[in-house]
This record gives sequence, structure tokens and C-alpha cells, in this order.
Amino acid sequence: MKTLKYITLFAAISTSLLLVQCKDDDDNVITQETCTDGIMNGEETEVDCGGPDCAPCGQVIDFSGTYRQEDQMGRPGINTVFGTTGFKDAFNVTVPTAMQAAFQTKFQDKLLALNADYTTNALGQDAATFTTVLSNDVLWLGKTGITTYFNGTEILTGRALSDDVIDVSLLLVFGGPDGSENPGLTSDGVPTNDVAFSSSFPYLAGPF
Amino acid sequence: MKKSKFFAIIGGIGVAALSVFLISADHIDAPAVTGTTADITDFYAFQGENNGNFVFVANVQGLLAPGQPTTQAIFDETVLIEINIDNDNDLKEDLVIQAIKRGDSMYFIGPTGPATPGSDPLESTIATSAKRSVKISTKDDVQIAEKDGMKFFAGPREDPFFFDFNQYNAVLAGTASSFNNPGVDTFAGTNVLSIVVEVPKSMIPGGVVGVNPFAPNTPIYNVWVEAKRKI
Repeated sequence: MKTLKYITLFAAISTSLLLVQCKDDDDNVITQETCTDGIMNGEETEVDCGGPDCAPCGQVIDFSGTYRQEDQMGRPGINTVFGTTGFKDAFNVTVPTAMQAAFQTKFQDKLLALNADYTTNALGQDAATFTTVLSNDVLWLGKTGITTYFNGTEILTGRALSDDVIDVSLLLVFGGPDGSENPGLTSDGVPTNDVAFSSSFPYLAGPF
Repeated sequence: MKKSKFFAIIGGIGVAALSVFLISADHIDAPAVTGTTADITDFYAFQGENNGNFVFVANVQGLLAPGQPTTQAIFDETVLIEINIDNDNDLKEDLVIQAIKRGDSMYFIGPTGPATPGSDPLESTIATSAKRSVKISTKDDVQIAEKDGMKFFAGPREDPFFFDFNQYNAVLAGTASSFNNPGVDTFAGTNVLSIVVEVPKSMIPGGVVGVNPFAPNTPIYNVWVEAKRKI
């Protein structure tokens, strides 16, 4: 009796581990006739697959292997704006703990190349402070409250679909301490998406 | 005067680099990933309709025209999309949400501790914790899965990014000196492949105050997305 319970438990665990539906056969306690026993038995058509109880053959799901980073993104547009030929690829395969040391100076050079008159931005950040924040390319996400890149009040507490991240970036790069410098460059005049977003999951609009 | 100032500003960067900037938030951001199935176009993180939930959106394979380019675009089974969450502000992920295609479905793993096979932080394995899945949607067959308080979607969506790319080109070409108001959204009418996951905040412990100087009392997570290819 105890053995039977043990076998049943083992079968249940094995089955759930492999995400394959396989009915445990309570009438047969002699063989561990499951979809995970490595033997073609029961009504399986090949080892551990086919038949009425196991997943179809050829559909065993394999999640093995090692995956190596090729691209990354935290805040919008960081690599595209501040990356420079020669280190864009390197930036994409650098983990956040190593980003500031590797890229802050390069970002600052790029910022001053974009806007030679840069002093501070509307957040009061000088070039070093601004590019230090940006070079750590992670998106801040507030645990509580409104989550937005910038909504006129809240600043950098997330990124919602409707946030005009381009204008925020242009304003901080070109707008100067009060946002009034380079007025033709601080907004692209496209404040919203062409299609409305949904207030419900999955939030993004259906494709064209 | 204004025009010359503008050109002084943009003169600091090459036309090629600027035109990439013009195109996107992160679409085709660097030579090695441009046009590949691992090219992340955008990443969003926000509070859900239920304010007890977070929503994470990872978009890949941008600039898909309607019709065949969209219907034939598929997620790559060799590319792992990994949403990283640092909950103690050391810039190292404490939790990950992994997403990878198998068959007709997108499988989601986590939130769970990161699965790193060795000492190289660029490499991951797929975590062995519970896997949840959703059938990958098409334009006309929208599939949403709900499990354990989480929601899952994967499939083509309208690209939520918006920007006046053509006017920027006009400025570059010297036929305009500034943006227009209103501008024209050059991304209107293009699609991406989206992965959307909604997670109860209770599954994501931690968060640290004092990180964001503009919201010093709000506990903050550092979040980012990575695309990793099987080696």
C-alpha cells in the first residue's frame, strides 16, 4: 500500500515536471508506466510519447541549453541616442553593473556633441549627472503610485504606452535649464500614438 | 541664425547615427542586432488596470508592414526574452521573467531567481520553476491566458512607438529647420511582435526608496529586458 502510494506520487511529480499530460495507471503498480519513464510502454507509440495518455511524439518540450545576450534595453532610446559607432554593440552586451564605468564618459561626450551649449536640463542635472543616470540603462519602476516616464508631475517612475518619451528626451537634451532653449528641437509635434491604447490587457492595439 | 545653430548642434553626430536615432526607441539600435529576431524595439513597465499589478511589455522585430510581413513574422525559438528586476538597487537582477516560444505557444517562466549557468552574467539557462504558457496570437485570433493571477499575451500588435521621422529627415536634408506642430507620426500603421505579461506586485518583493531623486519616497525597482540567443 505504501509502495503504491509512493509510485503514484513519483509518477505525479515526474509528470508535472515535464509538462506532459500522462494519466497514471493505478491498476498497474508493477511497472512505472508513465510518459516519463524512458520506456515505450502502455499505449505509447514511441518512448514516452503518443497514445491516448502522453503528448504527441515529436512535441516533447526542450528548454535546455545556454542563452547568451545579444540585445538589452532599459530606458527608451539610450543606445540609439548616446551610443556611438564602435560601442553600440558593446553596450548591448554589457550588464548594468558595468555600464557606468564603461560608458558614462562616452555618453557625456555625445551629449555635448549633440548640444554644445548644454549647461543643465529641466531636471537640474549637469552633463555629468545626467549622463551618469542615463549610462546605467535601467528603467526605474515605482512600486506604488502612477507609473510614467513623465506626465507633467511624476518623473521617471516607469514607462507607460502613451508616454511621449521622444519629447522628454529632446527636452532634456536640448531644452536647457528651463526647457525654453532650442524650441524647434524640443518637441517633434507627435504627442500621441496613431491608435488608441486599451485600458485592459494586453493594452497594445491590434495590428494593422 | 536658428538654422545654423541647429546644424551646429546636429553637426556633432554622423548622419547615419542620427538617422538611427530618428527611427526609434531601440529599434535597430546597433549593427549586430539590426534586423535579427533578437532585436528589441521597445520596453515598457507600468501599473496595470488593476493597480495591484505590474505590466511588462517587450517588443521585438519592429517596422513590420501590415499584411504578409506581419502575418509571416514569427518569434524565434532560439531567442530567450528575459525581463530583469533588481529589487535592491545594486543593478543586478534578483528576479527574472523569461519568455520563449515553443511550438504554437509562448512559455513564461517566473518571476523567479535568475538562472545563470556559470560566472558569465551574459549567459542564462531557462529556469526550472513553473512554466505557464499562452498560444501565440494572430491578427484575427487573439489569445490571452490567465494563471495564478498573471496574464499572458504574445503576438503581433500595432507598434506603440510614435515619432515624426520624416520631418527629422527633412531637417537633415536641409529642407526644414525644426519640427512641425503638429508633426506626423511616421510609425503610424506599422506593427511589432509583442510579449505582454501582467504580474501581481505581490510576486515581486522589495523595491528601494531614495533611488529616484524625483520620487524619493517611492520604492523603486530597476527593470530592463534582454534578448539572449541559444549557443
